[in-house]
Amino acid sequence: MSPVKPVGRGFGLGVVLAALLLLGASSPAMRVFDGAAGIYGLFLVGTGSTKKAGSYWLLTLLAFILFAPFIWMILVALHPPKTPIPPLAEIIPHEPAWSNFKQVLFSPTLPISRFFFNTIFVTSTVVALQLLITSMAGYGLSRLRWKGREVAFWLFLGSMMFAGPVTQIPVYLLLKSLGWLDTYYALIVPGISSAFSVFLLRQFFLQLPFELDEAARIDGAGDWTIYSRVILPLGKPALATAGAFTFFAVWTDFFNPLISTNSTQMRTLEVGLSIFKNSYGGENWPLQMTAALIVMAPLVIVFLFVQRFFVRGIMLGSIK
Amino acid sequence: MKRWNGPLFVAPAFLHLLVFALVPIGYAGYLSFFKMHLIRGERHFVGLHNYSFLAGDASFWNAMWNSARYALLSVPIGMVVGLGVALLVNQRLRGVTIFRTLYYIPSIASAIALSMLWIYVFLPQNGMINTFLGWLGIRTDTDFLANVSWAMWALVIMAALNGVGPKMILFLAGLLNVPPELYEAAQLDGASKPRQFWKITLPMLAPTTFFVMVTSTIAAMQIFTPVYLMTKGGPEDSTDVVGYHIYQEAWVRFNTGLASAQSFILLAVIAVIAVFQFRIQRRQLAGYGT
Repeated sequence: MSPVKPVGRGFGLGVVLAALLLLGASSPAMRVFDGAAGIYGLFLVGTGSTKKAGSYWLLTLLAFILFAPFIWMILVALHPPKTPIPPLAEIIPHEPAWSNFKQVLFSPTLPISRFFFNTIFVTSTVVALQLLITSMAGYGLSRLRWKGREVAFWLFLGSMMFAGPVTQIPVYLLLKSLGWLDTYYALIVPGISSAFSVFLLRQFFLQLPFELDEAARIDGAGDWTIYSRVILPLGKPALATAGAFTFFAVWTDFFNPLISTNSTQMRTLEVGLSIFKNSYGGENWPLQMTAALIVMAPLVIVFLFVQRFFVRGIMLGSIK
Repeated sequence: MKRWNGPLFVAPAFLHLLVFALVPIGYAGYLSFFKMHLIRGERHFVGLHNYSFLAGDASFWNAMWNSARYALLSVPIGMVVGLGVALLVNQRLRGVTIFRTLYYIPSIASAIALSMLWIYVFLPQNGMINTFLGWLGIRTDTDFLANVSWAMWALVIMAALNGVGPKMILFLAGLLNVPPELYEAAQLDGASKPRQFWKITLPMLAPTTFFVMVTSTIAAMQIFTPVYLMTKGGPEDSTDVVGYHIYQEAWVRFNTGLASAQSFILLAVIAVIAVFQFRIQRRQLAGYGT
């Protein structure tokens, strides 16, 4: 590797100098191109190897493609309300309009704070209840032997693959006949168990050593004690994973709250935001983007805390 | 007493599965034999009429075809992007985990926020793509979402880029499971890097590839939210996918029976695709001797 380094450094410096020479000479397109070449040159200098610099360059380019719309969202959210879509050249606001956030959060027409409360209340209740119910099922499907266990497991697995849109009408009719439409029951009860979480927790519990159960049993522990005192504490990482997945699934769920609620007071953030989009039409981009930012921010913050559980969960979920 | 503990632990989740998945699937099948209006609640038994009507309903098969087209485009593209990104972030580079985190973020973003952003990306005037094209000297004002030949591609590209996170992690897990001795042996035999990729990496990834293919095909066949928020099935029904078509039938036209029949046909099609993919997979795995 070492003989490559001076070559990479020299080449990198060359690219930077050439980019600097050309910069400012010509059209905006050339300026973007030169900027890119300059950054690439800096990468070459920094890493000392062309191959590594190429990798970093690709990684950055991809990150830029994925995040360009998000950066745009933040910048547009700071333009004064009702500004038409600014061309990219004028994308940076002269004076950030922080009042947009106040205007959206305390909108006179749409109770965003109520949407926030609904989403937080529904999501936290669903996550808590779902973890209890699915961890019990995961325990029963992994640590205990009983007739019909495999059939039950395959029913969970099958419903995960095939339920889809088929259940929407019957579930709606059920909620209607229970008188639950447009109540918190309709937003919470259909989510309190999930085949995916059952599957995930079962897979994890299967990997714990069975000697633990036997030792506890010899000490006279019953199944409930083993479940709550042995398996649950050891299963914390899996519970965190299932909880994280459920959190994002419920927080961003759009379809179910859309059909099971209809008063503005009962809307969740996701559905509320779509009303916001419609009521402001395509015209008020700054306020729409402020609203989008307000919905996105908690998700990203929570994700940064729980991301490591995601990696583990996805890997666990793919084991067949 | 003790032998009931297993079923007792599973009972709450299983009851929920019965009430919110298994019975509804059966009930949807039952409803598909009726002509029924959701709001007025009138209900007449019509036997197989809904199915025979749908057999000749061009708009329904257009929707089925649109979903198939969406799946055929978005699944392979999404898998190639996912594998490519996994290879990229599988290198030993300082700070590469930061990029893994960054690439995952769009996958957890709310569909509404993403749709709003990508409406902008595809806008005709001052939209992101058209602006970039303008900088490259290509002057267009294509309204990608309102253009019959572009709208579907717009949805596909958006899904492939924003859905890269989970696929990347799955392929990454698969790559980490390839025994390094294989590469060492290949290197001794003088196999080139591309040859190692085709002869070692891809075959060893077969189970992962299969898992990603099945799950993303099933998800793609049911796509709804981006269509609802971005194209409303248009222009000229070119993005009227079956998930959106069923939504319209059930919740806009309130034809409960007909919508149930449609969702049942979709269920059957998905089941056939899944079985078909499992068959192919078994043959492939046998070929690799695993």
